[in-house]
Amino acid sequence: MTRKRRRLYMVLAGMLLLGGAAALVLTALQENIRYFYSPSDLNTAPAGRSIRLGGLVEEGSVKRQDDGLTVTFRITDLAASVPVTYKGILPDLFREGQGVVTEGTLGPGGQFVAREVLAKHDETYMPPEVADALKKAGQWKGEGAE
Amino acid sequence: MIPELGHFALILALAVALVQGVVPAWGAHRGRTGWMALAVPSAYLQLLFVALAFFALMYAFVTSDFTVVNVVRNSHTAKPLIYKITGVWGNHEGSMLLWVLILAVFGAAVAAFGRNLPPSLRARVLAVQAWIATGFLTFSLFTSNPFMRVFPPPFDGRDLNPLLQDMGLALHPPMLYMGYVGFSIAFSFAIAALLEGRVDAAWARWVRPWTLAAWCFLTGGIALGAWWAYYELGWGGWWFWDPVENVSFMPWLMGTALLHSAIVVEKRDALKAWTILLAILTFSLSLIGTFIVRSGLLSSVHAFATDPERGFFILILLSITIGGSLLLFALRAPALKAGGLFAPVSREGALVLNNLLLSVACATVFLGTLYPLFLEAFTGAKISIGPPFYSKTFAPVMAPLVAAMALGPFLHWKRSDLMGVLGRLKLAFAAAAAAVLLALYLQGGPVLALIAMGLAAWLFLGALLEWAGRIKLFQTSPGDSLRRARRLPRAAHGMTLAHAGLAIAIAGMTASGAWKEEAVRVMRPGEQLQLAGYTYTFDGVQEFDVDPRKGWNYTSTMATFTVTRNGRLVARLTPEKRLYPVQNMPTTEAGIHTTGLADLYTVIGDSDGKGGWTVRIFHEPLLPWIWAGALIMVLGGMVSLSDRRLRVGAPTRRRKAPLGAAAARA
Amino acid sequence: MAAESPASKLPQRLLYLVPVLIFAVIASYFLWGLNPERDPRAVPSVMIDKPVPEFDLPPIEGMAGPGLGSADLRTGEVTLVNFFASWCLPCRAEHKFLTMLAEKMGVRLVGINYKNKALEARTWLAELGNPYQAIGADVNGRVGIDWGVYGLPETFIVDGTGRIRYRHVGAVDAYVMTEVILPLVRELSR
Repeated sequence: MTRKRRRLYMVLAGMLLLGGAAALVLTALQENIRYFYSPSDLNTAPAGRSIRLGGLVEEGSVKRQDDGLTVTFRITDLAASVPVTYKGILPDLFREGQGVVTEGTLGPGGQFVAREVLAKHDETYMPPEVADALKKAGQWKGEGAE
Repeated sequence: MIPELGHFALILALAVALVQGVVPAWGAHRGRTGWMALAVPSAYLQLLFVALAFFALMYAFVTSDFTVVNVVRNSHTAKPLIYKITGVWGNHEGSMLLWVLILAVFGAAVAAFGRNLPPSLRARVLAVQAWIATGFLTFSLFTSNPFMRVFPPPFDGRDLNPLLQDMGLALHPPMLYMGYVGFSIAFSFAIAALLEGRVDAAWARWVRPWTLAAWCFLTGGIALGAWWAYYELGWGGWWFWDPVENVSFMPWLMGTALLHSAIVVEKRDALKAWTILLAILTFSLSLIGTFIVRSGLLSSVHAFATDPERGFFILILLSITIGGSLLLFALRAPALKAGGLFAPVSREGALVLNNLLLSVACATVFLGTLYPLFLEAFTGAKISIGPPFYSKTFAPVMAPLVAAMALGPFLHWKRSDLMGVLGRLKLAFAAAAAAVLLALYLQGGPVLALIAMGLAAWLFLGALLEWAGRIKLFQTSPGDSLRRARRLPRAAHGMTLAHAGLAIAIAGMTASGAWKEEAVRVMRPGEQLQLAGYTYTFDGVQEFDVDPRKGWNYTSTMATFTVTRNGRLVARLTPEKRLYPVQNMPTTEAGIHTTGLADLYTVIGDSDGKGGWTVRIFHEPLLPWIWAGALIMVLGGMVSLSDRRLRVGAPTRRRKAPLGAAAARA
Repeated sequence: MAAESPASKLPQRLLYLVPVLIFAVIASYFLWGLNPERDPRAVPSVMIDKPVPEFDLPPIEGMAGPGLGSADLRTGEVTLVNFFASWCLPCRAEHKFLTMLAEKMGVRLVGINYKNKALEARTWLAELGNPYQAIGADVNGRVGIDWGVYGLPETFIVDGTGRIRYRHVGAVDAYVMTEVILPLVRELSR
């Protein structure tokens, strides 16, 4: 019987560990999910929460502020466009007209404050989320125009 | 002509793989020695054909044969020779060929050094290897033929993605693949054992060296990838919990668990079904890693060359391999004779805990990596999981593991005395406390980082104390200790090194993560900046043009920083921004100086057009320890590989163990 | 475990089935994840096999020529319609392949200059050469939206009756040129 009981304890300990890990995972997931928005549906995004915003960098919109560090640009999905500010060094492949994903929070006045700007290593790349957002926006516009 | 020969060799390799997959397995089933014996020559023949194909492609790259599509897309006449060679696997088709080549090398190695294996086991292992090879050769030939021609040939190629024109990233895939593919041997052994219906201590002894070799390569490969990200991306970080990184890390976690559970099978004849499952899962995760990177399934900033159509083919391949093997496991594993139970406080108990925690850690990473896909499937919402998720889930699971890791090696098999062991670890306690206090004094918080530093010291001292206890260091004469050290199995030295290496790496990861200092600023030539006690003087920027004689196929904007501390020169750093004209693509080269205790890390950004430049400077405490720790871990694995017990297999006249030699070459 | 009662054998056997079941679930997610709707590269154009949207674009300011309209795509000749701009770097990369298609292989090539300042577009064409038979200037990007263009460059193959038959997203390279576009143009021309 002791064998069985010991086995039971082992299984219990294992379950406890798994349960603890699962609880940990779930709470951490709650806090660290970042939803992806496109410029068109950004108005549904919660203010103050960390989100991702993706689209194309509007050409002619990238401007460096006087402090030399802050960069402002607009992200567009060809249907709507959002002003973004970012302080720091932009990734090498950040270019006007190219797809980009930024992470940050929606500030007052509809300004998106980016903490991180991600451009991909491969230049013909379009982040899947961006492509998707643009596709949606493009179709939505098409229907609206009729 | 040469590309056609390569293509033909690849087809022949597929034919050989089919024969190797069927005949020896059937022979083993029917007990026909002759049929089983076919496994060995066909494994050699397969290596020959795959190698021919691989070198044919390399020839096309080196001679810039632009009639080959793959060369057009990934090479350029102006590219330095070394990157023409590494460009062979810097693309999807070529890297698949490299994958198959490594598989063939491992297969041939089993054929060559498995002479002491029972003939039926060897025949089955090689047959399973051939099944895997069949799948991937088919994939290569039908969806990713690297020898496709193009007419008319263009004047020049499109060049290799400049980010790949770098030694770190050139060597990263082969190392990683040797790890991934190396686990195929453990997998094949597991499947063969299920087919035979027998797992015993001898089986575990045969599996261990292959697993260990794969583990060494994978550790090195992951470290190399992290190192590349560190100096090339210019973000000051080395690990981003990006899906592409995670998929290489998961097989590592499972492989580490496998390495430890195989010891229990060998010593205590227990945990058999679990070990088999681990072997299957480890290789499965390696395959999933290959799949995710190539399929475009998850969005990653690191992945090159994705193609969902191929992803579908790989998914079928995965389903057959993983689903089939797990099904076989479900059918045959219950028949494996279970071993005895054991006390929680014992060596095997500690190893079970190790396995449990590593599996849970792997599960959290798996969940974090794939959760976005799951959620999207259910709700359509697109999300990403931030790195804090991992520090909140992965770290709490690893902490008890590290704490127990110092204890484990002290415990005896079957039954042990925890109090006695803790008593022998007094010094490690003291070291941990000292580390916490030192970190508190130097940096203050955060609490979690202090705990992690304490754990690192605890593990480091724990590993050393165990080793010192074994050779009775300071308890007997130095000569006697030396004699004991010589007699100590290499595997014991290896374990100490690996554990201590991990401790060093943990210290580096913690310190560089928690106490990194960063400054972003626009600087004009002559301006100074203070960071962490160092003074950075920006001397200005020089422009360099393309210069084929120096091997520069790029233009460079190079900044110079003079770093001083208390008025004394420490280093001159030259971060660069390069532009590769063929693809019109810029890359960043960080300027890094290491003091051994910290890295001074500089990046140059854009000009503000008014004589100033955006610069980014990091002070990364203990970061070099990560690389040192990883190196020591790999070294530990290699020392362990050279243990005589692990090469019982090798006939005496072949004293130089093949694996040791292979690992040493890496 | 030799003393295990037969009753407890079955649940134990089921336990061994758990891994394969978990894998089946994960694999089905993978399968879902691969469905082409989700695929960012080959975004299937809703425009495929539909007539080209009606449009009539002026030429690039300061350039000779009639501009481009949908009527120009119903001439009975298979036409390659390429969306380009001077600010788009991949466009620069594909330029030589488009030139080769137009000049060496006799494919009819027209361009739509997308959201581009006239001066920059003219400079770009002067520098690299102008392989286009006609160019329409889509200054505000309106026509691009009608075509479903979401990034540059994109290239469409339009048959002689003015139906869109193929869409290529991203730069045209040697492979796409010889293995995809040429065969399709030849086939449609027959």
